[in-house]
Amino acid sequence: MKVHEYQAKTLLREFGVAVPNGDVATTPAQAREVAQRLGGKVVVKAQVHAGGRGKGGGIKLADDPAGAEAVAKQILGMKLKTPQTPPEGIEVRSVLVEEASAIERELYLSITLDRARSTHVVMASEAGGMDIEEVAARTPEKILREWTHPALGLGDFQARRLAFGLGLTGEQLKQAVPLIRNLFALYLAKDCSLVEINPLVVTKDGRVFALDAKLNFDDNALYRHKEIVALRDVHEEDPLDVEASKHHLNYIKLDGNVGCMVNGAGLAMATMDIVKLAGGEPANFLDVGGGASPEQIENAFRILSSDPSVKAVFINVFGGILRVDRLAEGVIAAVRKLGLKLPVVLRAEGTNVEQGKKMLAESGLSLTMADNMWDGAQKAVAFAKGGRA
Amino acid sequence: MSILVDTSTRVVVQGITGKEGAFHAARCKEYGTQVVGGVTPGKGGTTHEGFPVWNTVAEAVAKEGATCALIFVPPPAAADAIMEAAAAGVPLVICITEGIPVADMVRAKQFLAGTKSRLIGPNCPGVITPDQAKIGIMPGHIHKAGDVGVLSRSGTLTYEVVGQLTSRGLGQSTCVGIGGDPVNGTTFIDVLKLFNEDAETRAIMMIGEIGGTAEEEAAAFIKANVKKPVVGFICGQTAPPGRRMGHAGAIIAGGKGTAAEKMKALAEAGVTVVKSPADMGATVQHVLGR
Repeated sequence: MKVHEYQAKTLLREFGVAVPNGDVATTPAQAREVAQRLGGKVVVKAQVHAGGRGKGGGIKLADDPAGAEAVAKQILGMKLKTPQTPPEGIEVRSVLVEEASAIERELYLSITLDRARSTHVVMASEAGGMDIEEVAARTPEKILREWTHPALGLGDFQARRLAFGLGLTGEQLKQAVPLIRNLFALYLAKDCSLVEINPLVVTKDGRVFALDAKLNFDDNALYRHKEIVALRDVHEEDPLDVEASKHHLNYIKLDGNVGCMVNGAGLAMATMDIVKLAGGEPANFLDVGGGASPEQIENAFRILSSDPSVKAVFINVFGGILRVDRLAEGVIAAVRKLGLKLPVVLRAEGTNVEQGKKMLAESGLSLTMADNMWDGAQKAVAFAKGGRA
Repeated sequence: MSILVDTSTRVVVQGITGKEGAFHAARCKEYGTQVVGGVTPGKGGTTHEGFPVWNTVAEAVAKEGATCALIFVPPPAAADAIMEAAAAGVPLVICITEGIPVADMVRAKQFLAGTKSRLIGPNCPGVITPDQAKIGIMPGHIHKAGDVGVLSRSGTLTYEVVGQLTSRGLGQSTCVGIGGDPVNGTTFIDVLKLFNEDAETRAIMMIGEIGGTAEEEAAAFIKANVKKPVVGFICGQTAPPGRRMGHAGAIIAGGKGTAAEKMKALAEAGVTVVKSPADMGATVQHVLGR
């Protein structure tokens, strides 16, 4: 799960990580009030779950409260387009108004899981404010890494090593070491999957703080963080993704027109792949899970068919825990309730497959049966292209 | 011969009084696996659907000589269940549970490093040696005893390849699901090592997916060590970057972990890489010259 920058900074403050003074605003008038409170020059930053906001015109400077109101008026309601947003952009619904600072150096700091070592790693670089993936690819030696102990966490000596590596000394070192330590404490306490401070800045007057902040959270741990779940902004997600998550379905909308309904994540990915190999484009990833009930199958079918770009549906199920007769029950119920407006190709194997196929045959629904994955993919793609299977 | 599990494996099911635990304990037993009983803290001394229930894994080890723990404990307590099994000295711990917080698994893995236990999973279908022992949630009837070793990060995609193999008359020595989480116990390399040393395994079918670098590491190992033919498939060739594709570990992060990179690494290691998931069985048949 992702949160907005202003929400991330509230959490940083709570854990004693220095951030600029500022507040969120949802109207130009509010932006003016915040600027008034802060005094001096301010930065007005669009709050969307995507990077590259500056290049898209989502971050602007203002000299005074009237200026803050004026730029907030431009940013709020705009469809912000950055390399990380969908092509049509994301509507900006709030802005963060912060004190502007005179910056001396821009650094990089992040914490995430190192899968290969099965532990958390703190990364830092003097090349802040840039695309870190590019830094990693071009000049890997410029990225410092400290692997934390799985049980004991981050040692002070490790935080110091990073700070020295960033060229911080004296008063700046005294600020940076607790900042790194507190950031790691936040990462662990809130079950983050990523904490990224880009840039971490040193100001001309010698202060060290997080100018930007990105926090992602481990979805598996959200059950123990109700306060984080409360920060979710469903406006940032595709409405069909949101609907699917309500029914505990793993759904991701894609650009194609062959709707896919599959049990199991691996088989669901493989189904997308085979649709592509058959000359089509998958409209989605959808894993109904190992133990899907007929109700979940019905919900899944409804979500799939409510996507206007879907021209054909490919159901590919290898029944293990999910029995094929229960799948058939769900499909029949869904089609009876919603009608069958789209061609549906069904391929099923595994537990109780004969019984399931019999139920479907006797239901009188005009489903197209497939013998195997390749056959099913070809048939579904042919339908999506407007032909017959 | 086979790897990891056989007719002598004695299984204790942790979380046996839950719906999933009870259902699959019965299916495993039906298949012929020696399921000696289960553990649910607080319900020790009772029986559940014919299985004796203990409070601790240690009791199951002391009384029934359990050699394998099969875990169906819900995510909040699953990492603890893994550590309990390891602390009780169970040599093989298979965790089916999906949805364990990453930070919990980081700690559990560190704990395991100080024990003699091997963890398979979590978020996996388990391990099956056809006609000997089924320890997991896979449909037993699609399997057939034979000489193809199967290892995979996915559940149902493993059933798909097993279905393709069996329908071609190709049996399996053992099928191992290592799980779809970013932090897991046993890696591709661990299982490849076992298959490589297993006299009965003559070919290996490996199924990877996007995310992480486990397939690249496996490729390096194969190149240096494995003499048996290996067929590889990577799912997620069409997955968009930055999105978690169902499995917690299946995500292309920062442009890394793509299917293309993994397929290239495997091909360079001499693995026969198939592009289409429909061709997995036929390709294994081909490399075995049958």
